Amino acid sequence: MINLFEVRETNKMIEQELLDVRTITMGISLLDCVDSDVARLNDRIYEKITRLGSELVKTGEEISKDFGIPIVNKRVSVTPASLIGAGACRTPEDFVSIAKNLDRAAKAIGINFLGGYSALVNKGLTPSERLLIESIPEALSETDYVCSSVNVGSTRTGIDMDAVRLMGDIVRKTAELTADRDSLGCAKLVIFCNAPDDNPFMAGAFHGVTEGDAVINVGVSGPGVVKSALEKVRGESFEVLCETIKKTAFKVTRVGQLVAQEASRRLNVPFGIVDLSLAPTPAIGDSVAEILEQMGLERAGAPGTTAALAILNDQVKKGGVMASSYVGGLSGAFIPVSEDQGMIDAVLEGALSLEKLEAMTCVCSVGLDMIAIPGDTPASTIAGIIADEAAIGMINQKTTAVRLIPVIGKGVGETATFGGLLGYAPIMPVNRFRCDAFVDRTGRIPAPIHSFKN
Amino acid sequence: MDKIIITVVGKDTKGIIARVSGYLYQEGINILDISQTILDDMFNMMLIADMQDCTKEFGEVADDLRILGEEIGLRILAQKEEIFTKMHRI
Repeated sequence: MINLFEVRETNKMIEQELLDVRTITMGISLLDCVDSDVARLNDRIYEKITRLGSELVKTGEEISKDFGIPIVNKRVSVTPASLIGAGACRTPEDFVSIAKNLDRAAKAIGINFLGGYSALVNKGLTPSERLLIESIPEALSETDYVCSSVNVGSTRTGIDMDAVRLMGDIVRKTAELTADRDSLGCAKLVIFCNAPDDNPFMAGAFHGVTEGDAVINVGVSGPGVVKSALEKVRGESFEVLCETIKKTAFKVTRVGQLVAQEASRRLNVPFGIVDLSLAPTPAIGDSVAEILEQMGLERAGAPGTTAALAILNDQVKKGGVMASSYVGGLSGAFIPVSEDQGMIDAVLEGALSLEKLEAMTCVCSVGLDMIAIPGDTPASTIAGIIADEAAIGMINQKTTAVRLIPVIGKGVGETATFGGLLGYAPIMPVNRFRCDAFVDRTGRIPAPIHSFKN
Repeated sequence: MDKIIITVVGKDTKGIIARVSGYLYQEGINILDISQTILDDMFNMMLIADMQDCTKEFGEVADDLRILGEEIGLRILAQKEEIFTKMHRI
C-alpha cells in the first residue's frame, strides 16, 4: 500500500515544485468537413469541433480535481486548414473566414488555444497552401485563440526555400499587424522542419492526416521537479546526475499517462500519445535554464550549456519512455526565452546569445522559441534564420522550429511583454550582415544523404 | 474498492482525527489505514479510505473535506489513489 512519504513526495511536486499537466489536446480530423462552398465548410467545421470538444474542458477540470493535479490547458488541434480549405477557398480572405470560424468554435467550447491553421509545404506549395500562408498575418491579428504553423522542410524531402523566403515576409507582416500588442501575433506562428503529426503543444499543434478521426494527446511539464531533484545530487558524478533525471522524468510522465488514459476513457476518444516535454513557464522555479544552472553552469549560455542540455534532453526521454505506453510529439526539453525566467535572466546578463541558442537547438526538443528580435530586422534575415534552423533539423533528423517575434517599434535593450504563459522577453540582437542573395535563390535545398554518417 | 487518499497538513491541534473520521463515518466512507508523523514541525496525516458505499460524488467529498479543513485551520486534500500508485509503483 502507498505510504505517507510517497504521498508527501507527490504532493510536494505539485504544490512546491509546480508539477502540472501542461495540456490535454484533442486532435480532431476535419477531413470529413470538406466542401466546395466556404459557408457550408465553416458550418461543418464548427459543428464537428463543438460536438467532439464539448466536454473537453469539463472533463479536464474533473480529472484535475480527482487527482489533485493542475491541468493548465485544454486545447484542440485540427487537420491543417490548407487541406480542408483547398476545395472552397479562392482568396486569402476565404481562409481568414475559416480562422475566424475556428476561433468562434474554440470560444464556444471554452478551450485555451486551437492549433492547425497550418500548411505542410516541405516539398512545394499548392495554390491553396500559398493562399493560406498569405492569409496568416490577417488571420492571427483578427483571432484570439487560433495558432498557425508551417512545415517548410523535412529530412526526407529537403527544404522548400521558396516557402522559407515567403515565411520571412509573413513573420514580418504578422508582427506589423499586431504591432500595438508587441507583435503578439508572431507568438502564435511556428515554422517547422520535420513537424510531428501528434504534438499537443502550441503554437505548433495540428492533427496530422495519418491520425484517426479524434485523439487525445497529453503534454506533461515539470522543470521544477527535475531542478529540485538535482539540488540533492550537487557535485555527484554524471552517472548519478543522469539516473536522477531519468527517475524524475519517469514519475512526471506517469502522471501524464494517468491523465491521458482517464481523459481518453471519459471522453470516449482514443488515447494517442504523451509528450514528455519539460515545458517551462515564467513562474520562478519552473525553468529549464535553472535546471542547467543546477547541473553546474553559472548561467544558461555559458560554455557547457549545449552538453548539459543534451544530457537533460536524452535522460528525460529515457526516463519517460518506460512510463508511458505511447510517447510522441516533441518530447524533450523546451528552451523558449520569454516563457522561462532563467533564460530571460541569462539574456539580460549577456550570458545567452541568439547564436548560442541556435547551437542548443541541435540537442533540445524543438528550436528557436519565443525570441524577441528588433522590429527593423529584415524579412530576408528572418528567412535566413529559418533556413539555418530547418537545416539543423533536416540534417540531424529531428524536429526544429522557429518562433521569432520581430517587435515592431522596439530595439535591443527594450522588452516585449506578451502576458500569461507567454511571458516577456528582452529584445536580442541579430547578426546585422545580410543574406538576401542566398535566400533570394528560388527552389529547394535537396534532401540530405544519410548513408555516410561521419 | 474505490480508494481515496486524504492528506492533512498543518499545525497540530486536538480532535483532527476525530473530526475527519467523524465526517467519513457520516458519509459511509470506510477507513483502511491511517499514518501520521511530524515533518518540518508540521502535523502530517495520511488516511487511505474506501468510498465504495458513499452516495456522494468524489468531487463533493473533496469539497466537504477542504471546507472542514478551513474550519479547523488545516489543509485537507482528498485525491483518488491512482495518482500515487501510478507514480510510485511499476
